[in-house]
Amino acid sequence: MARMNPEINAGSMADIAFLLLVFFLVTTTMDVDTGLRRLLPPPIDPNAPEPPPVRERNVMVVLVDMNDRLLVRGELGDIRRLREQTKNFIQNPTNDPNMPAKFMDEIELLGEVERSRGVVSLQNDRGTSYEMYIAVQNELAAAFNDIRNELSMERFGVRFDQLTDPDLVDAIRRAVPLAISEAEPKDIGGR
Amino acid sequence: MIKGRFKQESAPKSQKINTASLPDIIFMLLFFFMVTTTMRETTLFVRNTLPSATEIQKLERKSLVSFIYIGPPIQSQIFGTEPRIQLNDAFANLNEIAGFIETERLARPEAERPLMITSMKIDRETKMGIVTDVKQELRLVNALNINYSTIRGEVAR
Repeated sequence: MARMNPEINAGSMADIAFLLLVFFLVTTTMDVDTGLRRLLPPPIDPNAPEPPPVRERNVMVVLVDMNDRLLVRGELGDIRRLREQTKNFIQNPTNDPNMPAKFMDEIELLGEVERSRGVVSLQNDRGTSYEMYIAVQNELAAAFNDIRNELSMERFGVRFDQLTDPDLVDAIRRAVPLAISEAEPKDIGGR
Repeated sequence: MIKGRFKQESAPKSQKINTASLPDIIFMLLFFFMVTTTMRETTLFVRNTLPSATEIQKLERKSLVSFIYIGPPIQSQIFGTEPRIQLNDAFANLNEIAGFIETERLARPEAERPLMITSMKIDRETKMGIVTDVKQELRLVNALNINYSTIRGEVAR
């Protein structure tokens, strides 16, 4: 007896669900936020003793001025060469006495590794454009990533960005830290 | 033989398709979108064309991220063209950042507070002056974990 058990008309159910679907499509975003992660230095304690000075050979000063020009270690630089320059500086393959010192360090999972004392000091002006600043940050990060990739290839046979074991990632990170220091802000060259 | 039998069954003229499972399929789609997306929380008052970079990382846990927007106001005839800071749904001054970070901290469970990330969505035409000021404010309140929000792409030369 079909008449005794009439079906509820579910034809409009799909329409209602569609309406909800469209609502969610409109009000939500799917984009995952991406960007360059950085750690700011902690605030300066006025009572803290002065940190020991870093030797000049260990520092690569990268200055970006208000016209987005680059000064790398006292010479006019070019953003296209910055990556190679930074890599060369940190690694110091020729053991140049004007380039960073290196020391051997014992790191878990890696054993003895040669580490560089090199630090990149990034300074910018208030008039520097954000786009240029990010471009410089990106090139510096790329240089460090290159070095990490090389070390990872040599030790584990896999590129750094394809390492899956967090312990290995951590070991490489400790062997090649992202040594970018940002100077205390100062005005150079006015507005 | 088999061929003949199939022909017989497909013979009935204009049979209605059963649409009873259609709502289920749509609901499945709906749930998929509800799970994979997040609600749009703020209306942007500042222009926000992000710069591009190649060495980018993903921010995995969205619940730990708070956003600071900086850029020239969209309604430039009212607010001018000087880059402004936007927190939540309003323009803000530099001295409001400390309070904003504090509120964001209180909104999260205590165990997760050290993992919080401040993502700065800054228009590419902004000058670094205002960015440096914001960074100094963040340092003062110990929100040291930051992210310069960028999109994937070649850097500007």
